[in-house]
Amino acid sequence: MPQIDQIAATYASQIFWLLLTFGFTFFVIGLGMFPKIQGTVDARDKRIADDLEAARAANVKADELEESYRVKMEKDRSEAQALVEASKAKANAASEKRKNKANADIAAKVATAEADIKSRAEEALKEIEGVSAEAAQDLVAKISGAKVTKAAALKETKAALKHG
Amino acid sequence: MAAEEGKIDPMYQFEVQTILEGFSLGGQQIALTNSAIWMGFAVVALFLFMRGGMKRELVPGRWQMMVEGFTGFIDNMMEANVGPAGKKYAPYVFSLFMFILFSNVLGLLPVGVLGLHPFTVTSHLTVTGVLAIMSFSIVLIVGFAKHKLHFFSLFVPHGTPLPMIPFIFIVELLSFLVRPFSLALRLFVAMTAGHILLKVLAGFVINSSNAGAGYGVLVGIPSFALMIGISALELLVAVVQAYVFALLTSLYINDAENLH
Repeated sequence: MPQIDQIAATYASQIFWLLLTFGFTFFVIGLGMFPKIQGTVDARDKRIADDLEAARAANVKADELEESYRVKMEKDRSEAQALVEASKAKANAASEKRKNKANADIAAKVATAEADIKSRAEEALKEIEGVSAEAAQDLVAKISGAKVTKAAALKETKAALKHG
Repeated sequence: MAAEEGKIDPMYQFEVQTILEGFSLGGQQIALTNSAIWMGFAVVALFLFMRGGMKRELVPGRWQMMVEGFTGFIDNMMEANVGPAGKKYAPYVFSLFMFILFSNVLGLLPVGVLGLHPFTVTSHLTVTGVLAIMSFSIVLIVGFAKHKLHFFSLFVPHGTPLPMIPFIFIVELLSFLVRPFSLALRLFVAMTAGHILLKVLAGFVINSSNAGAGYGVLVGIPSFALMIGISALELLVAVVQAYVFALLTSLYINDAENLH
């Protein structure tokens, strides 16, 4: 195995060159370049994190805006609802009043008309009774020759009219 | 190649060859070897890769995305295993992970086709040992600096009955001391074994084909098919071993940092 056979002869030069090359690696690459590259990565990560944070904040703000918009919408709508409700109630009340008044008018007219009809009917009935009684008086006189008083004839006629 | 007729040495690939004599440092000869060159390749490739991710644009391109994938991966690993205190170790663990990963993958490059000889730096115990000792030292230094002698309570888990404490302490101490060896050996063995297997199979292909068309079809083609599969597996191992090394390092650092 040359690695072991040659150790005595070559260890000094190997260690020398290793220290030289690894020293260069450590001081130039490890201490010089590594932190810079890692710093770039960290800076980029930070930038990305900041951007994400900003986006998140903007999102939250947009949500808040939407929420306030929604609340305002809700308020406006309920106000409009109330307004509609109120005007509807007002209109209802007005029409109710008008209807009642009209009803009352009509009822009064109907009552007078009914009273008129009733009086006329009574008048007519009286006339019919009078006429019927006279007719009955005449009939009785002609048929039987008996004299019937007007009052008796009227009484009989009323009774006959009542029974149909 | 050191391959004579019927003799292909699967260990040859691990040999460290001196390219330039180099210089002397503290009585030791520091030669420019193929190992050093491949370490250099790995670091240059890693540097170029990282350069592509340095545009630092807000919207990343593909390359930057890829680099950020790696840095984010290690960053998350430290965050998950160590917590907020893990951030300051991320550069070290990242260097460790990327260095091992690039060394592993570069060692698998099929540059042999071009006449080059790929060399896997992390298949050498010396290299993995030094890396493991570095991680272990960080754990020790951080542990003692942060918790002083209280750090030894790491070896006594909560709720241990009093008479058991000495035994548990010894067992936990041993497991703690074995950590650098397990780190070093795991990477070294994983890289070595896979490379040997690939070379042995390649030897089968070459030798059986040389022995005749019949052998070539019977042994060579299945071996070659197996090589393709194992190469894919080796790529996976290259990544997984780098990950395991970094993961265990982060877990050990967590022990030192958070102490239960």
